[in-house]
Amino acid sequence: MKFDRRLLLGRALAIGASIALPGILFAARPDKAFAATEAENVIAELFGETPVASDRVSMKIPEIAENGAVVPVTISTDLEDVESVSVVVVNNPTPLAASFEFAPRTVPKISVRIKMGETSVVQGVVKAGGKLYSVEKEVKVTIGGCGG
Amino acid sequence: MGKPIKIRAKLKGDVAEVKVLMPHDMESGFRRNPETNELVPAHYITDVVAEINGEVVLTAYWGSAVSKNPYVAFSISGAASGDTIKMHWADNKGDTSEIETTLK
Repeated sequence: MKFDRRLLLGRALAIGASIALPGILFAARPDKAFAATEAENVIAELFGETPVASDRVSMKIPEIAENGAVVPVTISTDLEDVESVSVVVVNNPTPLAASFEFAPRTVPKISVRIKMGETSVVQGVVKAGGKLYSVEKEVKVTIGGCGG
Repeated sequence: MGKPIKIRAKLKGDVAEVKVLMPHDMESGFRRNPETNELVPAHYITDVVAEINGEVVLTAYWGSAVSKNPYVAFSISGAASGDTIKMHWADNKGDTSEIETTLK
């Protein structure tokens, strides 16, 4: 399945997509991490080590999300050499929501909207200069957004 | 297929601020059809790539927990008027879409 997706991507996108950037973290979609059902296993699959909580990573996300189907989140950092930013919703059935890989010229700030099934801690994990940093916040969800 | 990607790219100094809206149902596979009670099959964007003048600057891998009609915003430094910004996505069924815009 991983091979098929790469084949489809190769046809659909510029060939340089996965080989253009040296030192890029994932180079292919981390399917196992997306399939993991526990946040710790997501982190283990993605990185193989635990991030360190850091106040140099910021997360803007509402404290209370009325609609769990659309929760806006922005993660940013002033760390240098940012390679990736990942968003983990600890209590979701599959906690890994998204991973973004950054080129050196991409500003290390990303906004996306995610689904949350229930009140949960949301983690932002940044890989910068080969090290892992994280920030987390609890978001209270009034109406869950995973199953409708 | 489906509605086209909407992209807005604004140059502030030498930083291109890019906002993208990608119409897509983003079915997680966890939702049940209210009439048949059957699970609606998963159908969501799995890969997104952003390029500026053909150089990949952002690759996003998404799971089923990115909201319907995904919105994403990011910025690229070292940008200039006339630069071309391109966005492509692919989903788990092999559907794809792309759009290009030129920075003014």
